Formats: sequence, structure tokens, C-alpha cells
Amino acid sequence: MNLMTARTGGLALLAVVITVAPVGFSNSYFYDVAVNAMFNAILCVGLNLLIGYAGQISLGHAGFFALGAYGSGILTERYGVPAIGALVLSAAVVGVLAFVVARPILKLKGHYLAMATLGIGIIIHIVLKTESGITGGPDGMSLGNFKMLGLTIKGDQMWYWVVGFLLVLAVWLSLNLIDSPVGRALRAVHGSEVGAEVVGVDTSSYKVLVFVVSAVFASVVGSLFAHKNGFITPDIASFFHSVELVTMVVLGGMASIYGALIGAVILTLLPQVLAAVEQYEAMILGAIMMGTMIFMPKGLLPSLLASLKRRGGGQ
Amino acid sequence: MSLLKVEKLSKEFGGVHAVEDLTFSVEAGHIHSIIGPNGAGKTTLFNLITGVYTPSSGRVLFQDRLVSGMKPYELAALGMSRTFQNLQIFFNMQAIENVMVGHHLHLDRRFLPSLLRLPKVKRRDRECRDYCAGLMEFVGLAKYIDADAASMPYGALKRLEIARALAAQPKMLLLDEPAAGLNATESREIDEVIKKVAATGVTVVLVEHDMKMVMGISDQITALDYGRKLAEGTPAEVRANPEVVSAYLGTHG
Amino acid sequence: MFAAFLQYLFSGLTSGAIYALAGLGFAIIYNASHVINFAQGEFIMIGGMATATMVAAGVPIYLAIPLAMVASMLVGVAMEKFAVEPARNADVVTIIIITIGASIFLRGAAQIIWDKEFHSLPAFSGETPIAVLGATLMPQSLWVFGISAIVIALLWYFFNRTMFGKAMLGTSHNRLAAQLVGVAVKKVLLASFALSALLGAVGGIVVTPITFTNYEAGIMLGLKGFSAAVLGGLGNGTGAIVGGLIVGIAEAMASGYLSSAYKDAIAFIIILFVLFFMPSGLFGKRGTDRV
Repeated sequence: MNLMTARTGGLALLAVVITVAPVGFSNSYFYDVAVNAMFNAILCVGLNLLIGYAGQISLGHAGFFALGAYGSGILTERYGVPAIGALVLSAAVVGVLAFVVARPILKLKGHYLAMATLGIGIIIHIVLKTESGITGGPDGMSLGNFKMLGLTIKGDQMWYWVVGFLLVLAVWLSLNLIDSPVGRALRAVHGSEVGAEVVGVDTSSYKVLVFVVSAVFASVVGSLFAHKNGFITPDIASFFHSVELVTMVVLGGMASIYGALIGAVILTLLPQVLAAVEQYEAMILGAIMMGTMIFMPKGLLPSLLASLKRRGGGQ
Repeated sequence: MSLLKVEKLSKEFGGVHAVEDLTFSVEAGHIHSIIGPNGAGKTTLFNLITGVYTPSSGRVLFQDRLVSGMKPYELAALGMSRTFQNLQIFFNMQAIENVMVGHHLHLDRRFLPSLLRLPKVKRRDRECRDYCAGLMEFVGLAKYIDADAASMPYGALKRLEIARALAAQPKMLLLDEPAAGLNATESREIDEVIKKVAATGVTVVLVEHDMKMVMGISDQITALDYGRKLAEGTPAEVRANPEVVSAYLGTHG
Repeated sequence: MFAAFLQYLFSGLTSGAIYALAGLGFAIIYNASHVINFAQGEFIMIGGMATATMVAAGVPIYLAIPLAMVASMLVGVAMEKFAVEPARNADVVTIIIITIGASIFLRGAAQIIWDKEFHSLPAFSGETPIAVLGATLMPQSLWVFGISAIVIALLWYFFNRTMFGKAMLGTSHNRLAAQLVGVAVKKVLLASFALSALLGAVGGIVVTPITFTNYEAGIMLGLKGFSAAVLGGLGNGTGAIVGGLIVGIAEAMASGYLSSAYKDAIAFIIILFVLFFMPSGLFGKRGTDRV
């Protein structure tokens, strides 16, 4: 096994792609789409730890994303907290919230877990819509630029490099994690909870851990997204957004970090590509979701790799 | 010295007594077999001892410490480890990773060092991999070290579970029908593995249908029927017990 | 005081009846296939939208209603055949994504076939409110109660008194045993989707004169029906009905006495409490994992 080279090779390739891609960007619109794709990619790499590796579904992660975004918005705009402080504080609050709900929730399995996470997401969505005194309600709220150490991140191009760096970082951290004692324990939870328990893995704590980690990923991306976009509405917490995020993960490939990344990029680009046939967008998205799950339930990347392996005659 | 004591243990499921008022003990260093016809409550007993189920009444003592009601992972930390009749393999992982999960309690499990893959974590992981590869050789799985668990045959998976359980470095290893579904040759090989494990000083508790295997390797046997103890003693004593013969051997040939 | 309470109760029972029908739809499919059909709400939407647009186009209502019911059933059957059946042995997450995909697909299709506007139906028997102890009851609410009750009675008869209904129930208890005694499991699965779609359509049709409908109307109705089913204990018919009524009444009371803005959150708050403290729902059986 050449895990080390696969790891560094993949990371290097990702860095190269991010560095070279702008050659084909003819205007700032491309940068804008690319930044959004990378935001989703980071979020999905985190969500994949929960869904793909630990085998626990969440239909409410858009809620954590939105809490990060609104946390940053409220703290910077209303209380004058520096952007980085607001990001960290929001992530901490989301982490604590996720921790509190995780233990009872993650005792649940399958459909019940789906229902509970969905419920949390929807409640967050409704709160954001309703508490207009703090959140601006359905009209949304505006945010200023992200400033840190005297540096202001603004403009699509600058955001591109910052988010690109963060994406590489997120992938690196996730690769580290899944190939560590903690990561193996997480994957073991997916494989067989009782099998993991009897060799000493405290499965409920690991489920809580990965839920919190993925929620914090979502919150941090939410904060950055809010600053980059300059404007947020409660719909970023919608059930539909949560579903989109899960779809990105399963489309690209569960339990595959690069798969989740590819899924995120594809689904972010899809609406741009389909702009001409906008009214068909929902039907096409629905068809993609059903088609992928029926014909390649492991997702694009793992299915592709498997067929390559078969064609190559084993190893 | 008794490593494990089971006292007046009972478990009922909706009025049905799967295990009833059961008392026995397992001596350190022994191979102790639990036998009985299908539905005699053997697997339920294993689940009670290893914390998968909570007893309806009675107690389990491990190294003279009350352990009933503790979680399986806590019992693993005390030195109890097991395999399953119907496999509980991590099919989403490589074979060797399955074994490495078994070594979980002996590794640095802190989040941040894992996330940052500190050199110490890296080194320990490499050592762990070597150790687990050794265990796979020990149970006869040398050729599967780089395999995915999902691609392995049934007989090999049975051994993989043993290797995983051994990686936890238990004082007591509970094997639930390790030879079930295996052919005669494979069963003999498992037999050898169990003897080798016992020779390293690990106490083995065995549930098994293969009477030839049980009679050949056990130091002590407890026979169950309908959740109750029917007989206990050395293989010779149990074989000679008329109740055992009629309840178990008689009906099963 | 009491009049207001009664008023909320009426409105809660009306929406509760629809959630109960949706919850039953979830239960029927869950029993037959262990699939949670996230497109259940879309059946409701299709029933309402199809009837409303046909009536608006001049089709007499007594013709539009059965046509809409058939349309919804056909969609249900097609969904089972082409989306669920091919992935029957897949794991829970996969099937959840498939049915959510189907729901998005159906919403997208509805938006193209019809439009994004709200549609309504004339009330079945006039709009003159009936005064009851100081509260007012819309005649259409009576239709909702009556038709829901009839549907539930028919379902009871179907599952307890007809061969095919009993076979469907048998399949839910033990698929293999059902196969052994000659129940065509594939037929049962198809029938469960047809029946759930029919239930959804009925709910959608009777409620449209009160709530209006549009291509997105199914999302919340479906999710609340799911809450009702989980609240009652997944796969339990009585549980789904009770769960639906509880959700409907709680929602109406909360929006009356507490805050109407949080109306839609109530179902989910209840369901979180239930899942935290009694994960098998009100009527669900607690299972032990076999190892």
C-alpha cells in the first residue's frame, strides 16, 4: 500500500488544479463560481466525515452553515466584533449546540436520525426567518468585508486564493484524520457498531465527535460565505439546501474525500450550466439524485475507480 | 483463580427466559466451552457477559469486579474481547485496518494529534500496522494483509475477527461459534489457532457446536439447555452425563 | 375564551386530518418496503394541483377528482417501478436520497406542467360558516373530517378483511414468510405506493379549498406527515392517525396562543422531544438488536 504517495499525490494534484484553473477564467464571474464551488467542497469534505465515513446521515447541516453565517453577520454588524473573532465564536457556539443535541440524536438510527436532523435544520431555518429583530428576517442581512490583521479580503480573485488554500487545508486535515486511530474508529462505527464497541471503541462519543466536527466545518464555511457574499437570507438554512449538501456528498462518493469534493464542484456548476434551461433545473437535479443512487450507489469517484481497477485487471 | 464469575444470571425477552438463574465460573488460563442445542441461550449469555445486553437479574464478576451493566467498550478496557457468530466485520475497511481498530485502546486517541498527524502518531500507527500484520500471520491470514475486508472469503473473515479481538490484548477472549460454517479442514485450523491463543496465557471462552473440537480442546465445559445449566465439568464428565446426552448429543447425533 | 379554543381546535383537526392521511401514507409504504417516501407530500400536491387546474379549465369536479386520484396513483406506481424497485436492497441513506430526488423531480415537473402560482378549488358545499358554540366551522372542514374518516375506515377494512390487504400486512411482518406462502411481494410494493399516492391525493383534494396549493405545497405537508408517522411509531397505522391529529392540534394551539410565526416549527419541536425521550414513538415497539 502506498498510502503516503496517494495522499501527497492527491493533495499536490488538488493544489496544482487550484493554481492552474484561473488560467481559464476570463472574468470575475468564473472566480465567483469557483469560490462557491470550493466553499461547498470544504463543507462537504466535513459532512463526508459524518455521512460517508461514520455512516450517520444529517438532513440539517444547512442549519449549522446558516448559524455560522448569521453568527458572523450579527456579531460583526451589530456588536462590532472583528470578523475572525466572530467566525471563531460562531463556530464555538455551533460546536456546543451540535454537542448538546448530538448525544440524544445519534442514538437514533436510519430514518429516525434523518427525521431528527431534518427537524433541527427546519427549526433553525424558521428561527432565522422569524426573529427579524436580530436576523433581519426573510429580507436577510448585509455584512462587511472580512478583515484580519490589517488585511481585507475582498474581490472574487482574492477570495479565490484564500478559499483555495483553505480547501487544501481541509482536505489535508481530513486525510490525516481518517487514517488515524480516531478515523479508523469512526469508520468502524459505520462498519459495525457492536463490533467496534467490543474492542474498546466508545461509539457514541465518536459519533458525537464527528457530528460536532462536521457542524463546525459547516459553520466556518458559513461565516466565510457570508462575508464573501456580503448578504445572507434565511433560505441558506432551508431543508432544500441541506438536501443539496447531502447530495453533493453521495453523488461524488461517500467515504471518499476527493469524491465529496468532486460532487460539490459538479452540483455547484450544474445551475450555471443549466442556466439556459432554468425551468428544468429541479427535474434534472432530481433525476441526477435518483440516477446516481440507482446506478452507482457508491458515488461517481469510487465507481469510476472501481471500474478502472477492473479494466486494469486487479491492482 | 476464577477470572470470570457468573452468578444467578437471568435475561428475559418479553416473558421468555433466554438465560435463567445461571451460575458458573471460568478459571484463568483455561479453555472453557459453553455447549447446548440451538436456542439454549449461549449467544445471549455471551451478550450478557460482554455488556451487549443488560441482565434482567444476577451479576457478572470479572477479576472479582462487578461488571454487569458496564458498556462493551468499558469491558474491553478491562480485558474482555470477543468475536461474533454472525460476523461483525468492518466491511468498509481493509482487513488490516479491522485489526488495527482492535488495537484502538493501546493507541493515542486524542483528536488534535490525529488531525494534525503529528510525527508521534505517525510512528505509533506504523508500529501498530506491523503488530497487526503479525497478528494476521498468527491467525493464518498472511496473504490477506493488503486485502479489503469485503473481498475476503467467509472462513478468512472468521479468523479476521479473532485477530481483531486479539489486537485488543485481552485477558479473556470469547469466541462465539468460530467454526460455524467452516469445512473440516478450516475447522481444524481454527482449532489450532485457539490452542495457540490459549498457549499465550489468554483465557478462552468458547461457544461451539462442533463437538469434536469442543471435546478435544476444552479444559472445562458448561452445558446449557433452555437457558439453564444442565451440567458442567471436564469433557469426559460432561460426555458421560446422561442428561447432556439426551438433551443435546442424543438429538443432534 | 372557549370559543377561541374551539376555533383553534377546529383548525387543528382539519390540518391534523391531512397530516394523518399523509402519515398513513408513510406507514403503508414503510410497512411494505421499509422505505421512507420523502415524496409523500408531492402526492398531496399532485392531487390538489391536478384537480384545481382541471376544474379551472372547465372539467366538472366529479370528473376532475377521480382523474386526479388516478394521476397521483400512476405517479406513485411509476416511482416505485423506476426509482425504488431498482434500489430495493440499498441502504437507508441511498433510499432516502432516491425518494428526496423523486420529490424534487416531481416538484420540478409540476412547475413546468402547471406553474408557480397558487391554485384553489371552490368549497364542495358552499362557504357559509357554521356557528358552533361561538366558534365558526367552515363546511369544507366537515368534508375533510368526513372523508378522512371514511378513508380510514376503508383502509381498516382493506387491511383486516380482504385477502390482499392481509397479505400486505403479512409482508410487512415477514417478507420471506409472505413469499413462502405465495404472496407476490413485488405486487405488494407496487400496491403500497399506489395506495399511499391515493391517500395523498385525497388529502390534497379535500384540503385545497381551505389552504390553496402550489407546486411547493407538498414539502411541508409531507414533512409533517413524516413527523406524524414517527410520532405515532413508524409503521403503526393507528399511531400515524393519532400522531397526525396531535401535530395538527398542537400546531393550531401554538399559533393561536403563542406565536403564529412558529406554527411550522411545532411539529418538529414535538418530534425532537419524542425522539429524545421515546425513540420508538408513542405506539412503536422497542426492538433489541440481534447480534
